[in-house]
Parts: sequence; structure tokens; C-alpha cells
Amino acid sequence: MKKNLAALTVLLMIATPMVAQASPESDLKEFRSHFTNMFPEVPVDDFINGVYSVDEASRAQWEQFEEFPPYEIYISKGEDLFNKKFANGKSFATCFPDYRKGVRQNYPKFDTASGEVVTLEGDINKCLTDNGEKPFGWKKGKIAYVGAYLAYMSRGNKLDVKIPNDAAAMDAYNRGKKHFYAKRGQLNMSCADCHYYNPGKKIRADILSPALGQPTGFPVYRNKWAAVGGDGMGTLHRRYGGCNKQVRAKPFAAQSDEYKALEYFHTYMSNGLEVNGPSLRK
Amino acid sequence: MQGYMHKISTTVSVATLVACLGMAMPLSVNAADDADIAEGKKLSFDRKKGNCLACHAIEGGDLPGNIGPPLIAMKARFPDYEKLRAQIYDARINNPNTIMIPFGPHEVLSAKELELVTKFIYTL
Ligand code: HEC
Ligand code: HEC
Repeated sequence: MKKNLAALTVLLMIATPMVAQASPESDLKEFRSHFTNMFPEVPVDDFINGVYSVDEASRAQWEQFEEFPPYEIYISKGEDLFNKKFANGKSFATCFPDYRKGVRQNYPKFDTASGEVVTLEGDINKCLTDNGEKPFGWKKGKIAYVGAYLAYMSRGNKLDVKIPNDAAAMDAYNRGKKHFYAKRGQLNMSCADCHYYNPGKKIRADILSPALGQPTGFPVYRNKWAAVGGDGMGTLHRRYGGCNKQVRAKPFAAQSDEYKALEYFHTYMSNGLEVNGPSLRK
Repeated sequence: MQGYMHKISTTVSVATLVACLGMAMPLSVNAADDADIAEGKKLSFDRKKGNCLACHAIEGGDLPGNIGPPLIAMKARFPDYEKLRAQIYDARINNPNTIMIPFGPHEVLSAKELELVTKFIYTL
């Protein structure tokens, strides 16, 4: 007992300073090394390829499909929508003046004035409503096409999500982090259970992707989404909802504060990795 | 002769009985047990119920996951049937951060279903 107590004290002594230091930067370092230690053979830049970064067997086939990717027509549809004039004569280019250089890498942003996380989808719809147009739906369809075009224009840019020194920004980050690690649903699983502790393992026939690099490829074309009716395209929040449902948890609404906070944490963890959206996934 | 045999067989029976209580009891010895085990297998494989194959290889199950260990030689790993039931009821007792579903407390399986699943798993 005494021995255990001594061991516990030592553990606490080691653990305490780590907790005190937990900052987004130190979280990111730890997050990164967790995956690079787990997959020493995967170059860190390759995690943007999701499950294919850790599943040699399906990678070749996926690369073959990527040569004539099914999302290509949605990039052009997105481009058309992007260039179409609004009733007031303006267009999306008014709201995204830097779209040629790429804008995806800076999302989500934190707006200190409103105290809110701002996602790319949020800014797409804000552009519409600010200009007197009707907003798109949040999870699929036109919002995913315009998102796909903007991601495509940003390919190769490195994710650079900023967390300003601001209490509300830290609060959003911490809420997202909590969502990521918290067990939920009747099946009692966290995002981390599947994508932090068990990537590369099989859950039934599906191989789990590492959380590192997950957001870089969105929006995605998923064969499964195409199979259930619809065109296959979907946003990151559509995917969050699907993963919540798998564990029999009630999903949050796309673009709810909860998912925006989750996206903030989740994307920040991939800072420095290249945008490669839109992507093709099973 | 008769008396002699009787004495031996009594001793043997007691020994058998003791052994049975410890290990062999849940082995299917009658039709009712066979039916329970078949039902337990169905529940274990059912995606809406145990869905144990999501994480464990189990003999007779297709496309198993490998998040948890293969469920084999269960009697060697769980000499005590009650400990096996407890593991399936709530894996958090052995590993507080386990990914395995707390089937009992979260009512994914009813008490009856949990018993049937345990019976089946114990035959592996
Ligand atoms: C029960 C296991 C499980 C849980 C819990 C889970 N996921 Fe998933 N997730 C999957 C599977 C299976 C896939 C499809 C294969 C893959 O890409 O990992 C997937 C895919 C994803 C993808 C798409 C990756 C890509 O490259 O296209 C994202 C993003 C994702 N999950 C995020 C999350 C988040 C965030 C949570 C928590 C809210 C979560 N997941 C919880 C199983 C899970
Ligand atoms: C989502 C994953 C998952 C599911 C579903 C799951 N398990 Fe497990 N199970 C595990 C993991 C992981 C372990 C390893 C110990 C731990 O981490 O708790 C485990 C351990 C066990 C053990 C202990 C094995 C040993 O030798 O120590 C038994 C028995 C078991 N599971 C039975 C079942 C049964 C029966 C079901 C279905 C009714 C089931 N499990 C469903 C993940 C799962």
C-alpha cells in the first residue's frame, strides 16, 4: 500500500506540471508525436491521406480512383457557383478576395469581436446572406461544391489555424478538445477511442483513420454517401454527425457551436499539414 | 462385486461433480443449453446487439475487427464464469478507459441477453 502510494505520488508529481502547461501548442506537440510514434514508417505529411496513410492494402486502388476522381465535376459546379453574379452584381469573390491564393488553410478562424468560431461554410453562407441571397443547406450540395472549389484552389497550402490570446477562443478550443476525448452515446465511445487510440485497427471491416490529418481533405466525396442517395459530397460536419450516430449518440446540428468548437480543436491539431481537399473516401 | 462397484462409482461421481462445478458445467449437455448457446451466438454477432465482431475475432464470424483480442480459449482465460460475465457486463471495471461497450449499465444487452452471450462466449 505504502509502495503504491509512493508510486502514485511520483505519478502525480510528473502529471501535475503537464496539466498546468496544457496549451494548444503543447497539445499539438503531444498529439503529433502520438501518431508519429504509432506509425514511425508514415511520413508526417502523408497523414492527410486519411485511412490510406495507414492502410497499404487499399491505397493502390484508391490512388487509381483518384486519377479520375468522382469529385471533379463538383469542383466545376463549385467554380460556376462561385463566379455566378448575385442579384446585386457581386459574387463570392467579393467575400473571398484571396481565393486564388487559397483560403481553406486559415479555417476555422476565431472572431474575437463576436466570440465565435468561423468556419469556411459559415463564411460561404454569410456571403450569401450579406448580399441578400438565400443561404445554402449546411451538410451537402452547393455548400460542399463551393467548399470543394475553395479547397481545390488552396491545395498544397499548409493549415494555419490560429488561436488568439483570448478567453473565448481558449474556451472554444477547450470545448472542442473535450468533445474529442469524451465518451458519448449508448455505446460510450469517444472520437479518440476510434481515431486516437486505435487508428490502423479494424472495426469490423473498416480500418480506422488517424485523427491527425482528417480535416485536410474536406469536403469529401464518399462512396457510401453516394450509395445512400445524393451525389456523395459532404462537409466535415456531416461526417461528425455520422460518427456520433455510429455510437448511438444524438448528433449535433451541422454548424452548431458544439461542432464548430470540435472543428476548431480537430483542425488546429493538423496545423502545418497540407490542404488536399476535396478528397475521395470510402 | 456389486457393492464394490457402487462404492467406486460414488467416489468417481463426487469427483466428477466437483470438476463439473468448476469448469465443465456450462458445456452444452442438453438441448436447452444448445438452444441458449445458439441464441447467444446470434446475439453476439447481431450488429444491433452485441456486435462483438466489430472488435473481436470469433470462430464462425466473418470480417472481424481487431481492436480487442480474439475470443478464444475462454475457459483458460476465464476459469471463473462469473468473471467473464462481469467483463462483458462492464469492461470498465478492468480498464476504466476501455473502448469496449458497457453492455450492462448502458442497457445495450438485457440481463437475459447478457447471460446468453456469456454462455456462448464461454464455449469458445
Ligand atoms: C465507433 C468508432 C468511431 C467513433 C467513436 C468515431 N468515428 Fe470517425 N470514423 C469511423 C470510421 C469507421 C470511419 C471511416 C474510416 C475512416 O476514415 O476512419 C470514420 C471516419 C471519420 C472521418 C473521415 C476521415 C476521412 O479521411 O475522410 C472523420 C473526420 C471522423 N471520422 C471524425 C470523427 C470524430 C470527430 C469523432 C467524434 C465525434 C469520431 N470520428 C468518432 C469510426 C468512428
Ligand atoms: C468497440 C470495441 C469492442 C466491442 C464492440 C467489444 N469488445 Fe470486448 N474488448 C475490447 C477490448 C479493446 C478489449 C481488451 C481489454 C480492454 O481494453 O478492455 C476487450 C476485452 C474483452 C474480453 C476479455 C478478453 C481477455 O482475454 O481478457 C472479453 C471476454 C470480451 N472483450 C468480450 C466481448 C463480447 C462478448 C462482446 C460483445 C457482446 C465484446 N467484447 C464487444 C473491445 C470491444
